[in-house]
Amino acid sequence: MTHGSGGKAMAQLVRELFAAAFANPLLDQGNDQAAFDVPGGRMVMTTDGFVVSPLFFPGGDIGSLAVHGTVNDIAMAGAVPLHLTAAFILEEGFPLADLKRLVDSMAAAARDAGVAIVSGDTKVVERGKGDGVFITTTGIGMVPPGIAPSGDRARPGDAILVSGTMGDHGVAIMSTRDNLGFDTAILSDSAALHGLVAAMVAEVPDLHVLRDPTRGGLATTLNEIAHQSGVGMRLSEAAIPLRAEVAAACELLGLDPLYAANEGKLIAICADADADRLLTVMRAHPLGRDAARIGAVVEDSHRFVQMETRFGGRRIVDWLTGEQLPRIC
Amino acid sequence: MRRLQIRVRGLVQGVGFRPHVHAQALRFGVTGWVRNDSQGVLIEGQGDGVAAFVEALTAQAPPLARIDAVESVECPALAGETSFAIHASDASGVVATGVAADAAVCPACLAELFDPSDRRHRYAFLNCAHCGPRFTITRRLPYDRPQTAMAGFPLCPACAAEYDDPTDRRFHAQPTACPDCGPRLSCPPEVILDHLRAGRIVALKGLGGFHLVCDATRADTVERLRRVKQRNGKPFALMVANAASAARFVALSAEERALLTGHARPILLARRRADGPVLAPGVAPDLAWLGVMLPYTPLHHLLFHEAAGRPAGTGWMEEPQDLALVMTSANPGGEPLVIDNDEARARLGGIADVIVDHDRPIIVRADDSVTRWLAGAPAVLRRGRGRVPEPIRLAHPVPPILAVGGHLKTAICVTRGDEAFLSQHIGDLDNAATIGFFEETVGHLLHLLGVAPVAVAHDAHPDFPSTRFAERLGLPIVAVQHHHAHLAAVLAEHRVTEPTLGLALDGFGLGPGGESWGGELLRVEGAGFTRLGRLARLAQPGGDVAARQPWRMAAAALARMGRAEEIPARFAAHGPAEGVRRMIERGINAPLTSSCGRWFDAACGILGVRPLAGFEGEAPMVLESLVHRPRVAEGTWSVRDGVLDLTPLLERLLTATDATEGAELFHGTLIAALIAWALPELRTRGERRIALSGGCLMNAVLAAGLVDGFAAAGVAALLPRQAPANDGGLALGQAWVAARTL
Ligand SMILES: [Fe+3]
Ligand SMILES: [Mg+2]
Ligand SMILES: [Zn+2]
Ligand SMILES: [Zn+2]
Repeated sequence: MTHGSGGKAMAQLVRELFAAAFANPLLDQGNDQAAFDVPGGRMVMTTDGFVVSPLFFPGGDIGSLAVHGTVNDIAMAGAVPLHLTAAFILEEGFPLADLKRLVDSMAAAARDAGVAIVSGDTKVVERGKGDGVFITTTGIGMVPPGIAPSGDRARPGDAILVSGTMGDHGVAIMSTRDNLGFDTAILSDSAALHGLVAAMVAEVPDLHVLRDPTRGGLATTLNEIAHQSGVGMRLSEAAIPLRAEVAAACELLGLDPLYAANEGKLIAICADADADRLLTVMRAHPLGRDAARIGAVVEDSHRFVQMETRFGGRRIVDWLTGEQLPRIC
Repeated sequence: MRRLQIRVRGLVQGVGFRPHVHAQALRFGVTGWVRNDSQGVLIEGQGDGVAAFVEALTAQAPPLARIDAVESVECPALAGETSFAIHASDASGVVATGVAADAAVCPACLAELFDPSDRRHRYAFLNCAHCGPRFTITRRLPYDRPQTAMAGFPLCPACAAEYDDPTDRRFHAQPTACPDCGPRLSCPPEVILDHLRAGRIVALKGLGGFHLVCDATRADTVERLRRVKQRNGKPFALMVANAASAARFVALSAEERALLTGHARPILLARRRADGPVLAPGVAPDLAWLGVMLPYTPLHHLLFHEAAGRPAGTGWMEEPQDLALVMTSANPGGEPLVIDNDEARARLGGIADVIVDHDRPIIVRADDSVTRWLAGAPAVLRRGRGRVPEPIRLAHPVPPILAVGGHLKTAICVTRGDEAFLSQHIGDLDNAATIGFFEETVGHLLHLLGVAPVAVAHDAHPDFPSTRFAERLGLPIVAVQHHHAHLAAVLAEHRVTEPTLGLALDGFGLGPGGESWGGELLRVEGAGFTRLGRLARLAQPGGDVAARQPWRMAAAALARMGRAEEIPARFAAHGPAEGVRRMIERGINAPLTSSCGRWFDAACGILGVRPLAGFEGEAPMVLESLVHRPRVAEGTWSVRDGVLDLTPLLERLLTATDATEGAELFHGTLIAALIAWALPELRTRGERRIALSGGCLMNAVLAAGLVDGFAAAGVAALLPRQAPANDGGLALGQAWVAARTL
């Protein structure tokens, strides 16, 4: 990668690699922006920067992740994603073949998700000033009428559901990065969730909260929601779906899977009366096969997220300041 | 004629002090009056015997009183005064008095309890001004019956007469009661004993909470209790009838016997006798000591009275008895002790076969205190019933401070003047119920002491719920490094204000840069400290997991020896050894720690002593139990740039003939190495005193070895005595540091 000057080499790269991979009528116009008509109604817009190491991991790569992450941020508003833009920061010397793999993967992810990457930008930084590739994606989407999930709408009595197993992405990344030599490969769950969300809001339009538990995992995301909504939560450890391989890896590493990132899972909070129907639709969708009801929203001035453990005790699922520090003296 | 106004300060209310004053006045022919006020007790007395009278106030003080000061001033004599009066309390002014700790039934009450002609014969709630419940029944001050758990029990005429009679032992005894007017037990003692003998687990309501009780000789029942309580390996305490019975199970020195029979009635950890009566193996697996305590409520005594065949009188009380009961706190799931009757039915129903309660509410939760004879003096290992709210006296008055402690086994501390009040053991702040108890304790203690803190001290760990609580209060906060606080606690109780060297031998505390500390040589100076040295660092693969899996620390030690390739073969039986090896080698969630506790764990892992522990600290406790005589493996440590490295010692342990040899070498060498490490630092400064603290100092072999070794070099080693050496004493140190910061 030596395309740093913004000259001909860069233009060639953009033309031959990015434009070819992401080809669509809006991008093909070749402008610095895309102009398009939008249907009337509520629009959502989001942006996300992606830095991940390693760039290629079991079950995905930074390219597909950059699409899934932003599509999911849109989907968590109950919205249908429309278009994405992408900005790349490349490190000088990054192998072109790897870049091509990423871009192709990204294009495939966008195609599968039914969204177009309609504008983009590429910059190259000096060797040592980046970590291979950083990608920023911005997306817009439209919210169907009557749909308004929001982090401040959890109410005491509501049911808390998750769409599948927790911690897969975070543990996959960690085990690959550090080559811990697990017998079974743990795959990232990276996936676009808007299809699942569409099915969910069709069945239960009054979804109170939708959120994808990415960085910080289930524990951090539930704490955020508890604070936003001014409520507490009660979870049942036994009800939280967890792959045996993930559980084993976390046991070895001494990490709590509830703090490990997910990239293809969502948390849904709805009225208790809607929970069973919602769970049925979720389980009928390929990305929600392992969906489960993991607990309930409760009144609590402390806004504690508490969990009934497998041994019958109760513990606080804490909101950590940073990483998981030791505590036992 | 001489007249004095006498001010008595200390714990002089609710302990039968005014009747004592009255009695002494009659004895020495003194006239005048006595009354309680916000400062304590105020007396005016005149007569020729007034000097002897003042003398006797202290010399003959009632058992529960604590006299801090007696100040007398001359005042004009009154003509025509003929009697000595007890005046009503003056409740105005700032509260500066306290409430006493709960005390075991006194001999006078015991005589009544077993006297068939007494109206309180076999009455489970008798007490007097010299004994019985105090702290655990007091809602707020002033200490008067309506402010206590006795509010719902109006006195009957007979009790009221005693209560109003200045010459009676029950004069103004707030908790006094009799079968006509007092609390009632839900099940008679003889039936409780039948349940216990039949192998049932009884949830028994006591002073500071419910106990789970069973026959300590029945292996099946004890196992079942472990199972239903989900208590892996943690030793259970025993209750036996008297010191003579205790002496069959444990070796008791005269001093230990005094601790055991004192009115605080703690659980005493004492060396188990090899020839003692057989107990269920599950009582205290593989430990060289047993926790024993003696009856402290009338109900406890009644159980042993039944076991003795219900004799009249108290003669039987000196005879050894076979009955030994497991008595363990009813705190299922690591949540606070159950104190409420309904809560007992809800939470203990699945654990206990029988629930025995009574209708006197428990206002304040308090576990039993735990004490151990350590390096020539008693040391409190857990503060609780019988000890709280006794103050720890400081070197000088300090601003009012609230200190919130750490995370596990936490306790809080409040200062008032030159007194520091370290709360009862609260527990591990990892569940909402314990955090609730923690907040309740803060409120209750501040109220009881009438203190409005000007600052809040907390641990430097950002994620402890206690830290978050401190930050929410809206008062100035002082973050205190964990081991600074451990050492400051020792300095506080020993009233040392000069700069002092200290060894913090501990499990874990966050260092100023986010590192894991726990084996530190610090110089504590005023509100600050300097780190002079540390133990060599071991990887802690998996963080907290390694504190419960000593084999992981052994693996880390092997890696430090350059023998990481041996890890899989040595430890595969205990867990994912190859994975742990990679974590250590690549630094994946394997933070480096200078913790002494983790060095203990590494030794245990190498010696195969509890490679997988049921609870943190279990393995080192078993290791300590193996030691008969600590021995030094010369040349197996080094000190370089302030870093004490014991890696060669652990390498030596790889070839130990058995765990006992290994345990003795580890203890002996660690002691010698610590002394060799600290002595030059002391000598360059010309200092002859060192503070020792941290959880490892609960190890009696280590504590005694260090104290003796330092003494031989002319250095006095100060140990935690009144506050626990573990995180239960942290808050005292935090308060002391904060006080010196302000
Ligand atoms: Fe500590
Ligand atoms: Mg985002
Ligand atoms: Zn008494
Ligand atoms: Zn009565």
